Amino acid sequence: MNGPHDMGGMQCYGPVNPEIDEPLFHADWERAALALTVGMGFAGMWNIDLSRSARETLPPVRYLSSSYYQIWLAALEKLMLERGMVTTGELESGVMQVPPVAVKRVPDAAQMQAALMAGGPSERVAGSPARFDKGDKVQAKNIHPQGHTRLPRYVRGKPGVIEQVNGVHVYPDSNGNGGGEDPQWLYTVRFEARDLFGETADHVVLVDCWEPYLEAR
Amino acid sequence: MAHDNHDDHGHEHGHDHGEMSHLDAMEVRVRALQSLLVEKGYVDPKALDLIVETYETRIGPRNGAQVVARAWSDEAFMARLREDATAAIGELGFSGRQGEHMHIVENSPDTHNMVVCTLCSCYPWPVLGLPPVWYKSAPYRSRAVSEPRAVLGEFGVELPSTTRIRVWDSTAELRYLVIPMRPAGTEGWSEEKLARLVTRDSMIGTGLALDPAGLDA
Repeated sequence: MNGPHDMGGMQCYGPVNPEIDEPLFHADWERAALALTVGMGFAGMWNIDLSRSARETLPPVRYLSSSYYQIWLAALEKLMLERGMVTTGELESGVMQVPPVAVKRVPDAAQMQAALMAGGPSERVAGSPARFDKGDKVQAKNIHPQGHTRLPRYVRGKPGVIEQVNGVHVYPDSNGNGGGEDPQWLYTVRFEARDLFGETADHVVLVDCWEPYLEAR
Repeated sequence: MAHDNHDDHGHEHGHDHGEMSHLDAMEVRVRALQSLLVEKGYVDPKALDLIVETYETRIGPRNGAQVVARAWSDEAFMARLREDATAAIGELGFSGRQGEHMHIVENSPDTHNMVVCTLCSCYPWPVLGLPPVWYKSAPYRSRAVSEPRAVLGEFGVELPSTTRIRVWDSTAELRYLVIPMRPAGTEGWSEEKLARLVTRDSMIGTGLALDPAGLDA
C-alpha cells in the first residue's frame, strides 16, 4: 500500500538530528514497549510481515505523529484486538474482562533467550531455479499493490542491475497479507541514483527485491 | 480510570499513589497493557525481563566493533565474512533475531557504504543492538537514499568527491554491517584496542572510525 511509511525520497521532514550520547531508552515505558512487542511476537499469533503491515496501515496522521515505540504499541494493540486476544475495555482498564484465547507459545525466560539467539530465518529451500543472475539488467515493475509490499515507490518502473542473488526467502507480499509464506527468490538490485532522483545524484542505491517485483529489460 | 484498578490490586498505599500521579499517559497505558497481558497468560514476566536485559546489557554496538576489529586484524576471518557473514559473525557468539541473514559491505577510499531502511527500521540487532531514534526517523529514512552526501554532512562527515556512495536500503530480512576503513597509524594494535575506534555510526555508514590520535588523548 502506498502509505506514509514509504518515505524514500520525501523532502519534507527536515534535517537529521542525531542525539549526542543517546540513551538506549528515553522512558521506562519504552523498555516495556520493546519487551511486549518482541515477547508477544513469540506467542505465534502473527508473523513479522503481519506485524510490519499492522504498523504501516495505522492511520497516516497517527503514524507520522508517533514515536517508533508508539507505532509498535499501536500495532501490537491492533494485532491483538483483531484476534480477539484483548478488548478495548481491557486495554483501557488494564484488567482482564474476557477469558484469554489460546496462544501457540508462552516462552519462559530460558526459552526466550534461546529464541532470541536463534531468531527466525526467512530463507527457504528453492523450489525452482532463479530467473535472474548477477549482472542481469532488470526493471522494477510499476506496480501499486493494495496490500503489504516491500517494494519502495521510489524504485518502481526504474532500471537496475542484479548485484547479488540471495536465495529464496519468505515473500512478504503473501505472508504479510495472510496468504502464507510463498517463498520467492530474493535479489539485491543496484539502481543508479540519477535514474531515481535526477541528473545531479551521483551515488547508487541497492534495494532487496523479490523476484515478482522484477522484469527483464 | 486508572484509579479504579488500585483497589483491585491492593495498591492503595500512599507512596504508590504518589508515584502514579507523576506518571505520564504513556507510562500508565503501557503498565496497564503489560499487567493485562501477564494476567491473561500471554507472556511470562520473567521472559519480558530477559528481553530487556538482553538488549540493555548483552547486545549492542560493542559486538559489531569486535567483528570489525577482527576483520581488520585477521585476513582469514575477513574472507569468511565476505563468504558467509552470518556464520563468521556467529563465530564470535553473535547471532539471532534481526540478524538472521547478515551481509558485510566494505568501505574503501573509492567506496563508502551507508545503510537505511526507508520502509521501517530494519537494523542488524545482534551486532549493533537497538537502532537509535534518528535511524527510525522520517528525516533519515526519507533522505538517505536521495541525498546521502547532505545527510552525511548532518553527521559531520565529509567525503572526497571521488568517493562513490552506495546506499543500502534494507527493507526486509537481509541485514547489512558496514566495515569502516581501518585508520592509519594503528599497525600492530590489538583487537581490543582497535575495537575502541569502531563507533556505532561507523558501522551504519553515517560515521567513520575514530582517529587513533584522539583515543590516546
